[in-house]
Amino acid sequence: MSLDTARKSARATAFWLIAALVPLPAFSQQTRPAAQFPTYRPPRLADGHPDLNGVWQAFVTADWDLQNHEAQSGPHPEINGVYGAGPAGQTIIEGDGVIPYQPWALEKKKQNLANRTKVDVSSDETWHALGDPEFKCYMAGVPRANYMPFPFRIVQGSSPYILLTYEYGSAQRIVRMNTKQEAPTPAWMGWSRGRWEGDTLVVDVTGQREETWLDRAGDFHSGDLHVVERYTLASPYHMQYEATIEDPKVYTRPWKISFPLYRRMEKNIQLLEFKCEPFTEELLYGRFSKK
Amino acid sequence: MITRLSLTFVLALLAAFGQTPSTAVKKSVPAKAASTKKGAPLRTPWGDPDLQGVWNDATSTPLQRPNGTKDVLTDEEAVDFQDKLANDLSRDRRDGGPEADVNRAYNEHWMDSRRLKITADHRSSLIVDPPDGRIPPLVPLSTEREKARAARAAAGARFNRGLPDTYRDASLAVRCIIRTDSPPYLPTIYNNDFQIFQSPGFVVIAPEMIHSARIIPVDGTPHLGQDFKQWLGDSRGHWDGDTLVVETTNFRTDDGVIFQNANPATYKIVERFTRVDATSLNYEFTVEDPTTWTKPWTARIPWTKIDPGEQMYEYACHEDNYDIVHFLGGARAREQRGEVK
Repeated sequence: MSLDTARKSARATAFWLIAALVPLPAFSQQTRPAAQFPTYRPPRLADGHPDLNGVWQAFVTADWDLQNHEAQSGPHPEINGVYGAGPAGQTIIEGDGVIPYQPWALEKKKQNLANRTKVDVSSDETWHALGDPEFKCYMAGVPRANYMPFPFRIVQGSSPYILLTYEYGSAQRIVRMNTKQEAPTPAWMGWSRGRWEGDTLVVDVTGQREETWLDRAGDFHSGDLHVVERYTLASPYHMQYEATIEDPKVYTRPWKISFPLYRRMEKNIQLLEFKCEPFTEELLYGRFSKK
Repeated sequence: MITRLSLTFVLALLAAFGQTPSTAVKKSVPAKAASTKKGAPLRTPWGDPDLQGVWNDATSTPLQRPNGTKDVLTDEEAVDFQDKLANDLSRDRRDGGPEADVNRAYNEHWMDSRRLKITADHRSSLIVDPPDGRIPPLVPLSTEREKARAARAAAGARFNRGLPDTYRDASLAVRCIIRTDSPPYLPTIYNNDFQIFQSPGFVVIAPEMIHSARIIPVDGTPHLGQDFKQWLGDSRGHWDGDTLVVETTNFRTDDGVIFQNANPATYKIVERFTRVDATSLNYEFTVEDPTTWTKPWTARIPWTKIDPGEQMYEYACHEDNYDIVHFLGGARAREQRGEVK
């Protein structure tokens, strides 16, 4: 190696070290696949767009907490032991790793966390105010559905609709391509409008019910939540997922999460049922049973 | 869009299915699926018949032929038949007193307008085989199954009297576990929409009510092991010419999962989906269960592609299932007041 080449190499190394160490403001970071993998040219469908069909699953622990979190006891260790415990995990939030809550909202998040396993469906006031929706088998909303510990299938054909169907709660969402139509009404899985930006599927999600949470740590949003998702195939085995989360009623600025979605490679992989309603009925309605 | 549940329509549906079979034998309507019209069949870019789109299966034509009705009606007879069905299905009537009024709470406001029209071919039943248009008689059931049916009937009766002991007395539909998402697909009061998605090797049917998408591999992969049961069963499909043939097995054994509580161990359902033209699809299903019915039976229901301006909405059922709390809370309140023992 000549001295010149060695210098160049050292400079390059220094650049990458600095790039890795200096926290860049959200939104200026490059997507990671480019750094980790050579440019990937994905297989395409007849319309020339990347083929996202398959069963996908995140392997992050963000469903327990989007931010950095230690391993944690479950809500009832005296009953559930380690079955109820949560794994440790690193934040999936870009930049400083923290959700930029407005002060009142941070307080509410703490209350949510304290009340996450409290349930009272005897009145309209408490029905949705108490308890993590996941605890009650309510549909997860976006982006939470994408990082729950369950797989989902993307069904992409030759119509202007792409289906995302989730194992948890058998939830589904239809991505409507290239439409300008606004959300007709709030929905648990929101209103998804898609478009291609090069080889990236960009999905704009509005119209979400304000009752969904972002994780078991009580992280939440309002009915004004606006999520922009980006799905980019990065290898035959994974894609990069990013979501920008905006809600001026709750946060001080937009923030962004990113993580890989892995293709489930089992030969017999099949989305199974997790119809969880029956697992919640005693919790929700048991108190109304005949004594 | 309608996102509230109906108890009454489910009960009405059950009542309609529970009619005793007629012994009258009538001229058969050919049960063979209508063939695709002349011209190039609609194909996906990867060569499969193209079923993609949003479809609606609503009709007032009953599953079983009313006793004494012809199999195929003349235009004039069809008008009378349709009017009578519309009158029976429309709950917006005032001829039965307060109690009947309450049971008719789901009136035309809630109703899919297609639900008030009979099928274009003027058949008087959706069942095309046996020729009498009726579900075949039951075979003698084992004592165990008779007991289970009696227990289910008693639970249903408690619920219908407004006195359910627990949520378990409610049907799976009222509990928001399964509704029209499980085969066979039968028309009901509302939310009769299904969006079909396809990708190479798969057909996926997303029902509006409830949202469980049925994923049907058409790539030759085998069924799940027989020990693995699901609410919607396990579906596998193949193409028979232009027809999608779907066989579904592995149903759970819970009460009410299978149509008419047939026996999951011996129950078989085969569905056939045939695209007829740009806006219509033929849906046909055959069920058999030698330990429940004396012979197999087949029904045919036309599916119509809906205007793209209409669309699928989210049917969230469990998330705001106020009714079940009201049913149970009401029952406990009546007990407390000493209204019932």
